[in-house]
Amino acid sequence: MTDDKDVLRDVWFGRIPTCFTLYQDEITEREAEPYYLLLPRVSYLTLVTDKVKKHFQKVMRQEDISEIWFEYEGTPLKWHYPIGLLFDLLASSSALPWNITVHFKSFPEKDLLHCPSKDAIEAHFMSCVKEADALKHKSQVINEMQKKDHKQLWMGLQNDRFDQFWAINRKLMEYPAEENGFRYIPFRIYQTTTERPFIQKLFRPVAADGQLHTLGDLLKEVCPSAVAPEDGEKKNQVMIHGIEPMLETPLQWLSEHLSYPDNFLHISIIPQPTD
Amino acid sequence: MSCHFLPRLWTLMSLSNSPRKWQAVSNRQNWQRTLTRPPASSSPRAAAAMPNSVLWAVDLFGKVYTLSTAGQYWELCRDSPLEFKRVSATTQCCWGIACDNQVYVFVCASDVPIRRREEAYENQRWNPVGGFCEKFLPSDRWQWSDVSGLQHRPLDGVALPSRHWEWESDWYVDENFGGEPTEKGGWTYAIDFPATYTRDKKWNSCVRRRRWIRYRRYKSRDTWAKIPSKEDPKQLPDPFNDLSVGGWEITDEPVGRLSVWAVSLQGKVWYREDVSHPNPEGSSWSLVDTPGEAVQISCGPHDLLWVTLWEGQALVREGINRNSPKGSSWSIVEPPASENGIVHVSVGVGVVWAITKDRKVWFRRGVNSHNPCGTSWIEMVGDMMMVNVGLNDQVWGIGCEDRAVYFRQGVTQSELSGKTWKAIVASRESDRSHSGSSSSLLSAGCFFGDEVRGSGESCAPSDTDASLEADRPGPDQPVPAESVDGPRNPRDSLASGTGRTPELAVEVAGLATQTPGPEPRPGAASTPAELPWTNIDLKEPKRAPSHSAASFPETTGLSSLGLLPLGLEEPYGADDHPLWAWVSGGGCAVEAHAVLKWFTVQSGLSPPVQTLSLSIMPAQTAAWRKQIFQQLTERTKRELEHFRHYEQAVEQSVWVKTGALQWWCDWKPHKWVDVRVALEQFTGLDGARDSILFIYYVVHEEKKYIHVFLNEVTVLVPVLNETKHSFALYTSERTRQRWPVHLAAATEQDMNDWLALLNLSCCESRRVHGRPSPQAIWSITCKGDIFVSEPSPDLEASEHMLPCDQMFWRQMGGHLRVVEANGRGVVWGIGYDHTAWVYTGGYGGGCFQGLASSTSNIYTQSDVKCVYIYENQRWNPVTGYSSRGLPTDRYMWSDASGLHECTKAGTKPPSLQWTWVSDWSVDFSVPGGTDQEGWQYASDFPASYHGYKTMKDFVRRRCWARKCKLVTSGPWLEVAPIALGDVSIIPESPSTDRSGHSIALWAVSDKGDVLCRLGVSELNPAGSSWLHVGTDQPFTSVSIGACHQVWAVARDGSAFYRGSVSPAQPAGDCWYHIPSPPKQRLKQVSVGQTSVYALDENGNLWYRQGVTPSYPQGSSWEHVSNNVCRVSVGPLDQVWIIANKVPGSHSLSRGTVCHRTGVQPRQPKGQGWDYGIGGGWDHISVRANATRALRSRSQETATGWSGEPGLPSTPSRAAGAPHEARGPVCC
Repeated sequence: MTDDKDVLRDVWFGRIPTCFTLYQDEITEREAEPYYLLLPRVSYLTLVTDKVKKHFQKVMRQEDISEIWFEYEGTPLKWHYPIGLLFDLLASSSALPWNITVHFKSFPEKDLLHCPSKDAIEAHFMSCVKEADALKHKSQVINEMQKKDHKQLWMGLQNDRFDQFWAINRKLMEYPAEENGFRYIPFRIYQTTTERPFIQKLFRPVAADGQLHTLGDLLKEVCPSAVAPEDGEKKNQVMIHGIEPMLETPLQWLSEHLSYPDNFLHISIIPQPTD
Repeated sequence: MSCHFLPRLWTLMSLSNSPRKWQAVSNRQNWQRTLTRPPASSSPRAAAAMPNSVLWAVDLFGKVYTLSTAGQYWELCRDSPLEFKRVSATTQCCWGIACDNQVYVFVCASDVPIRRREEAYENQRWNPVGGFCEKFLPSDRWQWSDVSGLQHRPLDGVALPSRHWEWESDWYVDENFGGEPTEKGGWTYAIDFPATYTRDKKWNSCVRRRRWIRYRRYKSRDTWAKIPSKEDPKQLPDPFNDLSVGGWEITDEPVGRLSVWAVSLQGKVWYREDVSHPNPEGSSWSLVDTPGEAVQISCGPHDLLWVTLWEGQALVREGINRNSPKGSSWSIVEPPASENGIVHVSVGVGVVWAITKDRKVWFRRGVNSHNPCGTSWIEMVGDMMMVNVGLNDQVWGIGCEDRAVYFRQGVTQSELSGKTWKAIVASRESDRSHSGSSSSLLSAGCFFGDEVRGSGESCAPSDTDASLEADRPGPDQPVPAESVDGPRNPRDSLASGTGRTPELAVEVAGLATQTPGPEPRPGAASTPAELPWTNIDLKEPKRAPSHSAASFPETTGLSSLGLLPLGLEEPYGADDHPLWAWVSGGGCAVEAHAVLKWFTVQSGLSPPVQTLSLSIMPAQTAAWRKQIFQQLTERTKRELEHFRHYEQAVEQSVWVKTGALQWWCDWKPHKWVDVRVALEQFTGLDGARDSILFIYYVVHEEKKYIHVFLNEVTVLVPVLNETKHSFALYTSERTRQRWPVHLAAATEQDMNDWLALLNLSCCESRRVHGRPSPQAIWSITCKGDIFVSEPSPDLEASEHMLPCDQMFWRQMGGHLRVVEANGRGVVWGIGYDHTAWVYTGGYGGGCFQGLASSTSNIYTQSDVKCVYIYENQRWNPVTGYSSRGLPTDRYMWSDASGLHECTKAGTKPPSLQWTWVSDWSVDFSVPGGTDQEGWQYASDFPASYHGYKTMKDFVRRRCWARKCKLVTSGPWLEVAPIALGDVSIIPESPSTDRSGHSIALWAVSDKGDVLCRLGVSELNPAGSSWLHVGTDQPFTSVSIGACHQVWAVARDGSAFYRGSVSPAQPAGDCWYHIPSPPKQRLKQVSVGQTSVYALDENGNLWYRQGVTPSYPQGSSWEHVSNNVCRVSVGPLDQVWIIANKVPGSHSLSRGTVCHRTGVQPRQPKGQGWDYGIGGGWDHISVRANATRALRSRSQETATGWSGEPGLPSTPSRAAGAPHEARGPVCC
């Protein structure tokens, strides 16, 4: 790997091998076989699980079918989080494949949003993209795009077409030559140990003195507990797309290369696994 | 033929170790060694220290600083022991008036020396007793004379013009006579003086002569060299008060000609004669009469010259042109308001800015070459002490209140007055590090003589540091008496101000006062009364309303040092901001798109801005990046390796992009027809992508379509012209037919989208992506577009060679005229404007954005070229020459052929990518010469033209040129500052030991200097510095072969071989003159492993016969082919050319890539041509490709080394016969 463009490909084509099993209490007409699938890390659960739904619906009675939802080790999985983020946050230390339980009953209203159709995912995705561009370019880039460009972003994600998506998305990743980066970096920091769903603040990619901010600078500023003291023991992992970038990595570069398709850097802080 | 049995390969050793043997061989072979000289200028110096674009400025203390367009800090001008009150800069040099009232010129250092040839002729007459001897007839000329024979010119009587010159070597005999080597010591013969001389001695040759030549070299570079004073001791001293340099766009004859104007204290205007690049000092001052007393002067790059008069008006020089750079007459322009006269003007190419007595800034409306006076004044915002117009009509000024340098933002060709003033807040280098030491004071004192020496670096910077400290005297600092008595010179006051070395200060001051010379010295300028010019300066404040800020001393006039008041101890400002007195932007090229870092304060001691350098961007080697790459690979392995059998969640589908384009239809009459296009992209089971392009059209109300598999496309070429955004799509079939699929889009954006998408699809289907391999073949079209092809091993196979119409070419961003590569990934290019560029390792750029482009290593690139049109006239008995022609005549304004009408107003830049950057001007440099007004005469159209009128000439024409500029981006970085005409990098054959040595790279500058680049390696492809290789005439082409054989072509069309070039001696030792083929002038040479090919001006390709290791210069030229525009010989001795015309089934194809077939070790001339991509190709370099199918390589090596006849795979043909040229011949 020699060029940064290859990072984009690796990020896009990240896959999580997943084993879907039907929840034991669900009533079936015959035994439900587990279903194995490679899930795109950058996509959304409800967008890529049509096959799973069909598979399990075959063994169920029509009247028992209501909205599908997923759960991992007792935690309902938020469909509006990218799959890679869910995995990193909840299951990165467990063995592969990722075992997800499929539910059709008892929708956890307080934990999950309903996902009535693909339109809901599209609306959510596009609102994230717009929010990110508001932070990066005061919405100038996204507002200058045509409707068909917005559609191409979404269709690229939905159809897993890297070129189609990036043909448009690259415009969202540009910034004026006289600046050293975006206005603010769109990021969200997730921790399993806190109640708060995520941390999101305004943070610039370049310091007042012209120095590039790094991942470490960001964490020290907005989530100091995540960073180990100089000489202290490393307690947490800072994970994006299943890897732990060094804290010296410039934030601007991360934002350009390791953002999810929604243009946000989704950063998971998870406790260091104890061996 | 005998040489064919000699081994075709030789080792490096045999070449580098036997120069003496060569000499013997060459003598026996009647070989002329035309020039022997110790390697000229062989001391490698550091890479050009002078960034090619800097702003010059003088602070209130007379210190000269420069600020680079890429920099953030003012750098103290090295070697300036003197203080200056004026500077006027160009890109190559800076003129200044120092506070000793003397004029100095600072010629920027360069790897190419400034050298001038002196010559003298030795004449002899034959007599029956002594043969040719020095006994002359009484009526004869001097034995030693100039070329005319009239001037006596003994060798020892030729002196250096000033002490800034040195001799390069001793006198030697010139043995080159009009491109032909002479015999017997360079003598040329004639019947009598003065007559026509010939090389050959005939029975009636009674006299002979030969030319002796000697080079002198300008040595005072990167230092202030004093121009001898004009003072006539009999008259009152009248020192210079202001000075301005410009005029470099008036004409380029001689090269680098400048107009240097000055104003003396008595208000006279002076012009410096004969200033040019080869004569940087000029020759003498001549007085130019003025109708009033001048106080200040400004000379623009072109024909504008304005002078400020004492009375407040401006004088405008009229009639400045190529033939009369001094101009002819003056006009007067009144100031905007009579009560506030003009005190300062500055002019550019088409602008005039002025300052009036009340410090208001004015812009003159309507100024141009035809109306240098302009029409009216417009008041601008801001109060300025002075303004200065630099390159591109950019403007700088010095603020009245804060003495800061301001840059006028938003100055463009369409809005010359700009938008706002923006203060440059860059700090001085010295503000960052105070490292002054007292010892420097002593050395500063050593420089008080009138001699400016070259070794001032050590003292100059610290000197300033100390003086800065003196700006801020603390309350506890003792103020010795000296500083009150003689504080004119800051150095004095600093010595005292620091309070550390009072003894030294006394010593310094004493030294200065004890040695009064005829000229005022900086240190001696202690009493204002002694300096008449100070009086004038002191009047300044009276003229200016005294509303300047209280923090300034009242006497801040236009010049700096002369009026520094006694009160140097006054707090000039406790902050660190430098206070400026003068600024000059004549050498500062600020491009419209450039991002300057002058306007933000850099904190603390952070390093100066990283200048773009190619030696591996730190970001790419940073640990974090490596770690991300590595972790992603590991992640993919961890999460996918054992699960590949899992089903994909999202099935891959077909993706279709559709659109509307125009298509140049296949049937006659050919025209653009509207078509619908669809690109269907689908993914195979193996993940490979393939695509089909459908073009739907309607003919005779019938719907039809054609389709193209993108994996069969060989190249996509943008075809930009004035009106259409179009591109051509070739397959190998269509290459053979010379008939591409030609499509046009409605907008540039649309075309770029399609080109990028189609290119991406082609590359994906061929699995080509990322940077080209080091072996890649590079080529350039006549539009300057760059293409690169990955060579397959079959390409140079001895059997079943891959047809070159099947090569896949992909485009790289950028715009070049020449590109040369070698097998280690070093690639250099030369633009149309002769700028040298080095490949950065990126890919994409230009119209390739996003995925088709690498993230880093893409930079802005620009190029400039000229568009030419012709003005044609016919003579008639009534009105003489006029634009009224015969009915059958050509257009009165036409292209070169005369067939197409091209008017000044109607001619557009070559495509929409180009924009005009100059006005139309007459081109005097056309072949055949012109008269004073640029006309060329002929008996009738079309004919051969000459530059003078005869009785038989009834028509005349002249060429007009207009510059246009293109800005694009690509993986290229400029190699400043020397412009190049040709470049060649050593090809690396498979057998070459790749380790160790740096990569040999030779070049010819645009002025014809031969250069050798030092320090080129894979990691530093730009190299470090140039080594100049002396020649007796300008060169045009150079090529270095795999064994360090360097061949070159001179402007007179003859070839030269450079002896003893080796890694240890990169510049070799001497040139061996090789005559060109009979009656032909060579223009290009290319050397491969052993083969040497040359190309002449008539398109003939020649092979050098008889080249052997012991006799590398060969014996004769053998004709190979005609119709050739460019040749490239590679490390396998493969021969590729650009052919002029190649037949196809649909049309002729100009500029076609052709590959020589049947090239064998024992048959290096090959047999025929294989035709590849064509239709406007200009340049190819195959010199990086040493890949050959393994089998054939071993075969080659075997025959090569053993010298035994191998098994020819094809019947060998008689070599050496010109008729064998079955080349791309037609017509």
